[in-house]
Amino acid sequence: MPNTTQTPLKNAIEIRNLSFFYGTFKGLKDVNLNIAENKVTAFIGPSGCGKSTLLRTLNRMYSLYPGQRAEGEINLYGTNILDKKQDLNLLRAQVGMVFQKPTPFPMSIYDNIAFGVRLYENLSRSDMDDRVEWALSKAAIWNEVKDKLGQSGLSLSGGQQQRLCIARSVAVKPKVILLDEPTSALDPISTAKVEELVSELKKDYTVAIVTHNMQQAARVSDFTAYMYLGELVEFGVTEQIFMKPVKQETEDYITGRFG
Amino acid sequence: MDKHISSQFDAELTGVSSRVLELGGLVESQTRHGVYALAQLSSEVADQVVATEKQVNALEVEIDAELASIIARRQPTARDLRLLMAISKITGNLERAGDEAERIARMVKLILEQGSPRNLPASELRIAADLATGLLRKALDAFARLDVNMALVILKEDDLIDAEFNGFVRKLVTYMMEDPRTISASLDLLFVAKAIERIGDHAKNIAEFVIYVVKGADVRHTALTEIEKAVQ
Repeated sequence: MPNTTQTPLKNAIEIRNLSFFYGTFKGLKDVNLNIAENKVTAFIGPSGCGKSTLLRTLNRMYSLYPGQRAEGEINLYGTNILDKKQDLNLLRAQVGMVFQKPTPFPMSIYDNIAFGVRLYENLSRSDMDDRVEWALSKAAIWNEVKDKLGQSGLSLSGGQQQRLCIARSVAVKPKVILLDEPTSALDPISTAKVEELVSELKKDYTVAIVTHNMQQAARVSDFTAYMYLGELVEFGVTEQIFMKPVKQETEDYITGRFG
Repeated sequence: MDKHISSQFDAELTGVSSRVLELGGLVESQTRHGVYALAQLSSEVADQVVATEKQVNALEVEIDAELASIIARRQPTARDLRLLMAISKITGNLERAGDEAERIARMVKLILEQGSPRNLPASELRIAADLATGLLRKALDAFARLDVNMALVILKEDDLIDAEFNGFVRKLVTYMMEDPRTISASLDLLFVAKAIERIGDHAKNIAEFVIYVVKGADVRHTALTEIEKAVQ
């Protein structure tokens, strides 16, 4: 067992009695969960179980859509981000998100990184150069793109595009990075690179990842949450979830006996 | 246990489990024949036991290959993973129990060749030998049914074999002190007794792995009282 069970962990996010509504449909039911700082927390479960919904509440992505609302509390380092007064732009700088399909902006590799930074900070040209290099290095793609920073981000391969997107969220120095199925559109080698990157990222950031690939959750995460029908069924240290889950429903899902 | 979505996966697990039982059957009969050869001082039966060893080894290799293939292709988790881990260990224990049976058979042949005195208490090994073969059979049953209660019974009964073994050793010592000419033959019997005792130990190990599969608790090197607590 990793020492995650022994060391008292600091929580980056504390979710309390979180329910979520798509109109009248309740997509999340009274979820309580802590996301530990500098650890990777994975969310697994069948389609429609609420794992992506939960991830999307963590940076209030849902606020873009009328008719969707959350109840309860999500405390990011003690601040309830569900509060009406929460500045959403600031929140999204603190809690970055990377999506299933790589979404580079139709601009140069350099500007893909600089674009977000300019929204929050006013950096000199040389400071910006440093920041771009730093973010691309953090996302383990610097060596592949350093000689073509002026080329379009769309000219990169899928796996490179995804790491560019990770660099883009890293560039604004967030506290938490949310990864929503980050490798489901990638080939195995790109997937392995992104997974390797996740292990690197957690040294500096807190990572929450939604994945359909259970083995990926087993490989990259420290903690795993199994969700079903909007409820958090089981949450624990990843090794324990995959070796000896407490709940029969969890066991059935991870061993492929579901449904 | 509920079925997997993939019925092929179920078939693979059932397949490798039944191979283990096949191996268990071989080793069990090897053990029984080894004990019989000793009781009857039968060279032919001892030869049979030695000959079975090749089959046992081949089956062990086959089972390991199947396990590796299932793990590589299925990435098993939780209970499935524990089952495959346990099968790997159980197979090893069965193969070694077979080695002990072979050791008994070879000792029988040695005793026959040396024309050792027949007044030694070889027949008294019978109790321990029957306990050991019985235990092996029960361990295989417990595995076939994944029966934790039966596994617990086996852990308790192994102590009986150990007690029999200690009693037998004391008896041999008496013989050796009374008549030093029996020392050589007594030592041969001591090796046989030790082999029987080890077969009991292997049966006990198998029982521990049954508990591991069902309860997820690793109860090796654990006191019986602790084990009973762990399986509740």
